[in-house]
Amino acid sequence: MISLLQEAANTAAEHSEDVAGRAVDAAAQGADAAAHGAEAAAAQGAEAASSGMPQLDFSTFPNQIFWLVVTMLILYWVMSRIALPRIASVLSDRQGAITGDLMAAEEFKQKAKDAEAAYDAALAEARSEAQKIVAANKAEIQKVLDAAIADADAEIAARTVESEKRIGQIRDSAQADAQTVAKDVTAELVRIFGGNADQAQIDGAVDSRLKGVRQ
Amino acid sequence: MEGNIAELGQYIGAGLAAIGSGAAAVGVGNVAGNFLSGALRNPSAAAGQTATLFIGIAFAEALGIFAFLVALLLMFAV
Amino acid sequence: MATEAQGESTGLEFHPMEQFIVKPLFGDGPVQWYTPTNVTLWMGIILLAIIALFVMGTRGRAIVPNRVQSIAELGYGMVHKMVGDVVGKDGLKYFPYIMCLFLFIVFANMLGLLPKAFTVTSHIAVTAVLALAVFISVTVIGFVKNGTHFLGLFWVTSAPLVLRPVLAVIEVISYFVRPVSHSIRLAGNMMAGHAVIKVFAGFAALALVSPVSILAVTAMYGLEVLVAFIQAYVFTILTCVYLKDALHPGH
Repeated sequence: MISLLQEAANTAAEHSEDVAGRAVDAAAQGADAAAHGAEAAAAQGAEAASSGMPQLDFSTFPNQIFWLVVTMLILYWVMSRIALPRIASVLSDRQGAITGDLMAAEEFKQKAKDAEAAYDAALAEARSEAQKIVAANKAEIQKVLDAAIADADAEIAARTVESEKRIGQIRDSAQADAQTVAKDVTAELVRIFGGNADQAQIDGAVDSRLKGVRQ
Repeated sequence: MEGNIAELGQYIGAGLAAIGSGAAAVGVGNVAGNFLSGALRNPSAAAGQTATLFIGIAFAEALGIFAFLVALLLMFAV
Repeated sequence: MATEAQGESTGLEFHPMEQFIVKPLFGDGPVQWYTPTNVTLWMGIILLAIIALFVMGTRGRAIVPNRVQSIAELGYGMVHKMVGDVVGKDGLKYFPYIMCLFLFIVFANMLGLLPKAFTVTSHIAVTAVLALAVFISVTVIGFVKNGTHFLGLFWVTSAPLVLRPVLAVIEVISYFVRPVSHSIRLAGNMMAGHAVIKVFAGFAALALVSPVSILAVTAMYGLEVLVAFIQAYVFTILTCVYLKDALHPGH
């Protein structure tokens, strides 16, 4: 392929030489025409070079490579010395700022949490205090109440004892009355039926009978 | 319609070489289509494979570009 | 040649390759290696555009970036992440070089799409130098970092012993084809896109088909914007892949 290309380049060169030769002929006809001819020759020469692919025109390769190398060297120098470190520092600064802000936010959040905990603790303390007061009051009232109940109980007990004593007295007197009545009635009955009974015998009989009843 | 047989051959050859561009299009379509069907099956893995997709497309297309280059060389440089 | 003949017979003029001619900026002399040409001009424009974006744009060093600075940071972040993901942590040492490659190619491709512009990356001379620089530096890095162990890249130990010599031949060939495909892919894509747009634009001379032709040029232009970015991306990511092979040859 390269040999073919060289052949093509050679033919192109011959062609432009021809054109140049014609331009020289034209030069003989006058200065104006010569200038004109030279321009035309140059234009035609460019045309001849362009008839193939400009990419394979090896005569322009050193030029392109030279300017490419120059451009790349400048670009690399600018990028590696100025632009890239600058962007890297900006990005890391931003990262740092974001991290710092996040940490500050975390700190504030922690503070808020602490405040909430303190509030909760105070609330719980107040509540327990109130409960303590309530319990103390309740105990005092209970004590008073207990004392009153005990007093009342004692009074009731005293009165019950007294009442029982009186009931017992009444019962005893009633029993004695009933015995007296029974003895009197028995003695009268014995006297009416004509018996002559000893007062002591009658008492004994009545007592023994009454004992059986009472039991 | 005068012309030498070499010129005729150039044109026929350039036309034949242009078929290669169409073949490269088939290849690129194949790569992209298979990537899409795979990506739809497992969308979470698709994002990490776009680089591979582009490499595959580049390889498929490079060969089509070679065919195009042959056509251009036949047309302009030979 | 062929195009001229066509032009004479139909009245249409196709010069799809004219836009790639390297011309001197001043006068009509021959193109010497030092001559300021349109290559020089457009490389200067590319350089100025990159400096405008990356040096002027980031001058504020703002924590909250403005628009230009955020574009610069976006590009930085994209390439940085690509190098980190594909090559690994030890590849970040070569990040400035890869960043320069990416920026140069993406700006050359994009600025080349401006009307009347000259696309430096459409020339095989430019892309071949870029690809050869990558190839040579990657090979040197591979041998310096790994010594002869780097040759393990070609000796696939996971394959059966019988197949290994065959695979080694294939691997060596594919290794040396890398710079060729690497450079021709970029130049070919750029050249093809611009030539196709030029051909469609040539059809606009016929009144009958000119609306179709203009629509086609618009559509191709959109595609070319996409291709311009993707080719820069692909060039960069392939550089990263080659670098990864050099730093970690054990697959």
